[in-house]
Order: sequence, then structure tokens, then C-alpha cells
Amino acid sequence: MILGLYNYWIVVVLMMVGFYIVIAHGNLIKKIVGLSIFQTSVFIFYISMAKVDGGTAPILAEGIQQYSNPLPHVLILTAIVVGIATTALGLALAVRIKEAYGSIEEEEIQEKDNLDC
Amino acid sequence: MVAIAIVRMKDLFAVIMLSGIYGLLSASFFVAMDAVDVAFTEASVGAGISTLLMLVAITMTGRSENPTRHKPVLALAVVIVTGSLLIYGTLDMPYFGLAQDPVHLHVAPRYINDSMQEVGVPNIVTSVLASYRAFDTLGEVVVIFTAGMGVLALLSVVRRPRDIARDIAKIDSLNKSMHEEHLILRIVVKILIPFILLFALYVQFHGDFGPGGGFQAGVIFAAAIILYAMLFGMSTARRVINQSFIQLFAAIGVLLYGSVGVISLLNGKNFLDYSVLSDDPIAGQHLGILLIELGVGITVASVMVIIFFNFACRKDDQQNIENNES
Repeated sequence: MILGLYNYWIVVVLMMVGFYIVIAHGNLIKKIVGLSIFQTSVFIFYISMAKVDGGTAPILAEGIQQYSNPLPHVLILTAIVVGIATTALGLALAVRIKEAYGSIEEEEIQEKDNLDC
Repeated sequence: MVAIAIVRMKDLFAVIMLSGIYGLLSASFFVAMDAVDVAFTEASVGAGISTLLMLVAITMTGRSENPTRHKPVLALAVVIVTGSLLIYGTLDMPYFGLAQDPVHLHVAPRYINDSMQEVGVPNIVTSVLASYRAFDTLGEVVVIFTAGMGVLALLSVVRRPRDIARDIAKIDSLNKSMHEEHLILRIVVKILIPFILLFALYVQFHGDFGPGGGFQAGVIFAAAIILYAMLFGMSTARRVINQSFIQLFAAIGVLLYGSVGVISLLNGKNFLDYSVLSDDPIAGQHLGILLIELGVGITVASVMVIIFFNFACRKDDQQNIENNES
């Protein structure tokens, strides 16, 4: 029953796509998008761990025996909102870099730095 | 998958639209995984606010991406090696969906079995978030607040009053022309905004019973204000919602949360132990959860508005500088 692990493989693939964007692309905005894909893959990892077969959403009601695990949901709920706040901070930095260097491409910024030295 | 398309796209506008779709897809995935609260948050944050912020950012930084000069083979190799190591690591992991997985055996059964007696709130996610792990949530609210302040520090601009008066005249004339273009949109949005605000309040106060709570409500509330600002122009929105006023509110939210904790400390209980708020411990829990969710909602909404306003005003300023130069 090795197929029972498929949820982790989806997470790994998504995580690697995000990781690839972060290391292979020079554009800062694209890097931030890549980071958020990476971030979402971690969310999916936690949420898929919380799932129980035959369970329902963790809201108490009559006649339900099996609930999914609420703890990972709590952690991810706050992580998403903190994630958007940090993404906004990253975008703000990118805007300031654009104003200071006239570009958000990593290589062009590096060239400018080298010229200054 | 959408994620792969994002890698290939050179046009950043398309990339951002795709990442919005990706957010919506993962939200529907969370519903399938029984995580309704999380799905709610992801739909409003991942598909809504973050797409919007990125769009504003690319209007300032340009929308096309330069092709990279170095070959991506090395990066691809690193990614494939890391990925295969991770997949090798998953072979020892417990199978998907089994009730006897290690994660389900510890702590969680107590929340599921006892939270109704101890907290009295049907939504377990809310009772864990706002009662059992309230201290963590306080930390997260402070992180959001700090991020908002960081954006403020990076992007806010100090302008001389003379410039501001001139700018306002200029922006007003610009706004007027824009309004005539978007007449239908404006009227539709005018009708929609009260309903969005009402829905946000419903989500805020109904979080004990159904999916929802301060985080989601704050984001929805902020979305309504941002929608208003987008269609009616920044200067109108700033006249309705004063910048320093909203900054004050962001701080009030955090303080409200913290002071609930201090009250229980002063009454001789643990920090953020709500049973002292009322004679009946369950009623105290209800009141405590309501208060701190309100604190969370206020802070999240005002920080989101602060972030958006600063991005948008920055853009206006940039345009003004360009106009002055030419």
C-alpha cells in the first residue's frame, strides 16, 4: 500500500516547484510568488495530516463520531494570515529596491553594486 | 498544474493571476480535507488580498521578467536531488487518512472530547485558537502588527504640506475622469459594500458556531474598504478613513487582546484564562473568546488596509514625481 503516501508526494512536488522558482529566477516578484507556492505546500502538508478517513469538519454536532484533527487547522489558519503579512513586507522591500536601483532583476542589481565599488 | 505554468510564464501579470487561481484551488482542496476554517482564510487571503497586493506592486516595478542568462540546469539538479531525498523520507511516514496516525493520538482527542465542557464552543478550531492556545495567537497578532508597521516604515513618505495641496487638486481631477468611465462598476460596488461589511461582521461574531473568526472577518472587512478605495480613488478613501485613525486601530486591537490577558492575571489566574471574566466559567470563556477575536479582527483589518494604502499612495507619489519631471 505504498499509494497511501501520495499526499506527501504532491506536497513534495509543489514544494520543489516553489523552490525551483526561488533559486532559478532572478526577478524578485517572481521569487516572492515562488515562496508563496512553497508556503502553500507546507499548508497542504499539515492539512492533509489532519484528515481522518470518514471524519468531518471539527465543529461539534449531534450524532457525529469521527472528527478530523483540529490542531493543524489552527496552526495553518494563523500561518496563512501571517504569510500574507510577510509577503506584503517582501513586496514593500521589492518596491524600495526598484526605486533605489531602477530594477528588480537580481543580476542587474548585482552589476550596479559592482560598478559602485 | 497551475504551479508549473507559473514557472514558465514570463509576463508577471499572468503569473499573478495564476497564483490567484492557485490560491482558490488550494482553498477548495482544504474544504475537501475538512478544514473549513482554513479554506475560508485561504480563499480570502490567497485568492483575494495577496493577488491584489502583488498587482499593485507590479504596477510599480514593471510587468515583464528578463530571461536569465545562466542555465537553469544546476538549479534543476539541486531541486531534483532535494525532491527525491524528501520522497525517500516520506516512505517512513504514516499512511494518509488513518485514524491511528501518531498526530491524532496526542493532544487532539482532548480537544475533541473535552472542549465542549471546558470552553462550550461548538467550533473546535475556534476554541483551540482563542482559548487553549490563545498565547500563540497573541504572538501571531503581534507578528501581523509588526509586519504592518514594517510596510509603513518602508513605504510611507513624508511630504511637505504645499505639495500635498497641489497633489490633492491633481488627484481629484484624475479621479473625476476615472469615475465617469466606471459608472456601472461604481454603482454596483456601492450596493455591494454594505453587504460585504455585514458579512464580515457575521463571520466575526459567528466564529464560535460555524467556520469563521477574527482573522477571516478582518480580511473580508479590509477587502470591502480596499474595493472602495480602488473605485473611488485614494484621496476619497483617505478622507473617509483617516490614516492615523486606522493606525491607532491596529494598535487598539493588539492592546485589547493583551489587556484581556492582563485582567485575568490581575484576578489571580493564568495569563489569558477567561474563567475570571464572569461568575460562570463557560460564560467567561464565551466573553473572552469574543473579546480577543474582536481584537484579532480589528488588527488584521486595519493592518491590511494600512498595507494597501501605503502601496497605493506610493504609486500615486511615483506618478506625481514623474509628472513633475516631464
